[in-house]
Amino acid sequence: MHAPAEQRCDIELELNGETRHGSAEPRMQLCDFLRHELGATGVHVGCEHGVCGACTVLVDGIASRSCLMLAVQADGRRIDTVESLARDDVMNDLQQAFNRHHALQCGFCTSGILMSCVEFLQREPTPDETRVRDMLSGHLCRCTGYTGIVRAVLEVAEQRHEGESQQQALENRNDV
Amino acid sequence: MSTHQAGARVEGGHLGQRQLRLEDTALLRGLGRYADDLATPPGTLHAAIVRSPHAHARLLAVDASRALALKGVRAVLTGEDVKRWANPFPVGVRAPMEHWCLAVDKVRYVGEPVCVVIAEDRYLAEDALDAVRVEYEPLKPVIDPEKAATEEAPVLHEAVGSNVVNERHFNYGDPDKAFNEAVHRVSIKVHYPRNSCTPIECYVVLGQYLPASGSYDILSNFQGPYALHSVMARALDVSSNRLRLRTPPDSGGSFGIKQGVLTYVVLMGLAARKAGAPVKWVEDRLEHLQASSSATNRVADMEAAVDVDGRVTALRYDQIDDCGGYLRAPEPATFYRMHGNLTGAYDIRNLAVRNRVVLTNKLPSGLNRGFGGGQMYFALERLMHQVSRQLGLDPLEVMRRNLLPADAFPYRTASGALLDSGDYGATVDLALRDGGFSELLQRRDQARAEGRLYGIGLCAVVEPSISNMGYITTALTPEQRRKSGPKNGAVSTATIGIDPLGGITVHVSSTPQGQGHQTVAAQVVAEVLGVAPKDIMVNVELDTGKDAWSIASGNYSSRFSGAVAGAVYKAALKVRERLANIAATMWNLDADQVRFADGKVFIEDGPSLGFHRVAGTAHWSPALLPENEPGGLRETAFWTPPQLEAPDDDDHINSSLCHGFIFDFCGLEIDRITGEIHIDRYVTSHDAGRLLNPMLVDGQIRGGFTQALGIALMEEFAYGEDGSFLSGTLADYLLPTAPEAVEPLILHTETPSPFTPLGAKGVGEGNNMSTPVCIANAVADALGRDDIQLPLTPSRVRALIGIDEPEAPEGLEPLAAPKAGGPALQARDSVEVPASPQTVYDTVLDPETLRAIIPGCHALELEGENQYRADVTVGVGMIKARFAARVRLSDLDPPHSLRLSGSGDSPMGSASGSAHVTLVALDNGHTRLDYVYEVDVGGKIAAVGGRMLQSASKIIIGQVFNRLAQRLTGQPSGGLWQRLRTLLARLLGKGDAS
Repeated sequence: MHAPAEQRCDIELELNGETRHGSAEPRMQLCDFLRHELGATGVHVGCEHGVCGACTVLVDGIASRSCLMLAVQADGRRIDTVESLARDDVMNDLQQAFNRHHALQCGFCTSGILMSCVEFLQREPTPDETRVRDMLSGHLCRCTGYTGIVRAVLEVAEQRHEGESQQQALENRNDV
Repeated sequence: MSTHQAGARVEGGHLGQRQLRLEDTALLRGLGRYADDLATPPGTLHAAIVRSPHAHARLLAVDASRALALKGVRAVLTGEDVKRWANPFPVGVRAPMEHWCLAVDKVRYVGEPVCVVIAEDRYLAEDALDAVRVEYEPLKPVIDPEKAATEEAPVLHEAVGSNVVNERHFNYGDPDKAFNEAVHRVSIKVHYPRNSCTPIECYVVLGQYLPASGSYDILSNFQGPYALHSVMARALDVSSNRLRLRTPPDSGGSFGIKQGVLTYVVLMGLAARKAGAPVKWVEDRLEHLQASSSATNRVADMEAAVDVDGRVTALRYDQIDDCGGYLRAPEPATFYRMHGNLTGAYDIRNLAVRNRVVLTNKLPSGLNRGFGGGQMYFALERLMHQVSRQLGLDPLEVMRRNLLPADAFPYRTASGALLDSGDYGATVDLALRDGGFSELLQRRDQARAEGRLYGIGLCAVVEPSISNMGYITTALTPEQRRKSGPKNGAVSTATIGIDPLGGITVHVSSTPQGQGHQTVAAQVVAEVLGVAPKDIMVNVELDTGKDAWSIASGNYSSRFSGAVAGAVYKAALKVRERLANIAATMWNLDADQVRFADGKVFIEDGPSLGFHRVAGTAHWSPALLPENEPGGLRETAFWTPPQLEAPDDDDHINSSLCHGFIFDFCGLEIDRITGEIHIDRYVTSHDAGRLLNPMLVDGQIRGGFTQALGIALMEEFAYGEDGSFLSGTLADYLLPTAPEAVEPLILHTETPSPFTPLGAKGVGEGNNMSTPVCIANAVADALGRDDIQLPLTPSRVRALIGIDEPEAPEGLEPLAAPKAGGPALQARDSVEVPASPQTVYDTVLDPETLRAIIPGCHALELEGENQYRADVTVGVGMIKARFAARVRLSDLDPPHSLRLSGSGDSPMGSASGSAHVTLVALDNGHTRLDYVYEVDVGGKIAAVGGRMLQSASKIIIGQVFNRLAQRLTGQPSGGLWQRLRTLLARLLGKGDAS
């Protein structure tokens, strides 16, 4: 697709399960588009050069820096932001674990971290601490020292694993 | 993990509890309301700032006409507008320097704002920056603070005439006498780098100018201190009630740095005035790194007067603070926040201080977590480590001999702080025991036995909190202070309102940036009013136009738990008293008997009503109220501690209300090949008084510790010689990420403060004071080096290690080390020692002396009469070699002359040398040692080059005699020592990159 610099392009994307429309200049960053055009202010901008990770969102399920993507590149894609995680005003297991483990203070880096964790745990359901820390190395948090975040992710991984085992056990029993 | 020695006192069941945060739900769901998330008025414009590419230049012309012609650009604010509508910022010292929110005549650091482009959106504003033409005449910059303090340096502010904008000398007790009588004098010079806690959210300002009232209404993620509100109002040239400053509900971290937004608050106010519309500015990361704020870099020359047993009797500080291109308020506070506690955790009655505030062509410095403490404790605790090294004592023992005893509190320090409470020895004991100190010593022994580089560091820190608003005036002379009127105190405020349905809203003016103030305020109110914390709404926005606030409001100097939570407590007590009276009147009973619990107001075995019913009475049925009860229900408490007095005429200042105690130790190993540091164990023990919420306390400690780890190992705002900024992205300014983070063991003791309403002290900044120096001491211990400079990056550590000859590959027959045979070096020098020739002579013949005076001597064994076998490491430049040496004393002619000779082989070559020493008795009873020496080297060492070798020999031989002099007097011998140190730093590569 080729568009002149000043032409605004129509963009249609699926944001947190809803179809949304907007228009943006070809140069507009995805993070600015999500925040200021679509109102997803849970997306935070910390460095605009791809280091801090605060703006991380899922693009078709893959954790991506929304400051390093143009809005036009998101046309026709599925974008999930931190606002997608709670259901019916109830926070998901990861969010609740962050609260229990004091894994956030100012909360500015948190939305990006949560999105990376969501993708990571899908890819790697039973990680060890080294793997969790390695995944988190794409994010800067200046408040917490990361301890609570690491604990929360490990705990959720374990809980989900136990939950699955129980589910499995239940299904096995039903089979009998 | 954390353990608590003393259990927190829990009454209503909320205080001291690990209450989960009430803030979290919004933040975890992406529903936080940070400054850039809030709605803007229709027609809001966006600003971008043209910044100086020069560190020092005259500003000749600004031509914005091309920018103004661009589509979407609405206005450009220049220095001319600023001069018309505004004032320079008031400065904290008496010096005629002008700091405007835009450069008007010169630029003095890279990134200094030169003009503001205001356009219809941020992209357009940034586009237009390139169209502004600015003409500069570059001037010579000065970056190094010591050079800036010299007369030859280029001057930043011509009207001041010097870059030293403030200099003060202080004497407490009798330091001269103590130094004269001291058995030992130990000195060290340290540099503390520039760094920043870099919050992840940058600055945001939304400025509005209201022409009808001639006032400014500005929203910003400013953190306080609100003492700066008056600075902003003065700069905007309006009365203070015409600057309405507001903060958003949430802030993305600050750690002191968002104090620095004050100049942009003024700038965007003026931009809005120029554009005739609201103007919003969101700082980007590149702007933030180069032009927001940073910790102050410091050069400190320290000296201690020390008794024979390691007791420090006096301290001398000679310090230079580099505040950058302008002295921006509240500087020079970096010095004075710590002024009362310059003697740290020690009982030292004599203190001499020289403080010089110097300007250089760097970004202006300001608040940064640990403000002043990182700098001060790096110097003090490196010095204490040096005392133990020089006296050959255990660092822990030296610390213990100097720590304040538990029965000393409240303790008035030499410079005037009133240390409120503590039991330092008990905190140390707890840490040693629960932190496994003895095991760490074993680990060090084992590591060293295996040839690994392992070190243990420790430090003791008194952590001040709740700043005295008057401490900054210590920068002024008593006479200047008398003219400007006394400043003191630390007023904190809290308001509790209860609405007609019994809903409780609490307002505090602490402008938190992530610390969880809402949670703790709710815990305090819940405790007093007997309701659940989750039912209380806490509002932490601050609007100077309608909220209760005072100059000490804001988020700094760890003032929340001691002062602000205390004010919340006081306000809650006022509300409770009124409610108790209302209930007692309804029931015709005594108010003293009224209790509050579980959402009810009741009397034991008596009547009971829901909290909302009693509170509602004040609104719905004023006729039922007792006499003197005015109805409505809203109470504001103001609280200021009487202990915070203005500095007295002898410059004593109680700079902070509370003083917590921290004892840290760590063990670390250094990779000999890469220079990388691996923290093996870090133990941090705190006494912060009563802990209101231990979970939040540990969160503060972990966060501060991790930032301090960055300060110790990675972070530095680096400048080129031309003043260019070299740390402009987060890929250049490295921060700890999760894999580099270390899990500290956190321990607590609790000695409540007698001076705060809840017994709590501040805790959030301590590790930024303790951890960098603790790690530095461990590295000093591991490498046996004195010249430790932060950050300890692998390359810097590698340079400290030097180059040891690697083992020969297996199977390779090493060549015999070539024998000495190169051209011999000869030279002579002399040193004066205040002792008689006989004393000097006898001292030299003592083997213990010999071991102590030979630099790099690991071991010395007697081989025969006056003959020794020695194990000595000698370094020349980057080359270090360990010699198996023989040392001999001969040609003995007591007490007139002798010959000291040594020879040895190392894998790097061989060396031999001898010095003929003549002792000349002087008229004053002293002895002059004249020595003629020659040095012969062979092998690789000889390749170093004659000039370097000559200087190195001079230094090494000089060290021998200087150490001898020191051993005899306990003092370094003046001029020569200075010369040696300078030479050493230059020649042996012990200096730095700057």
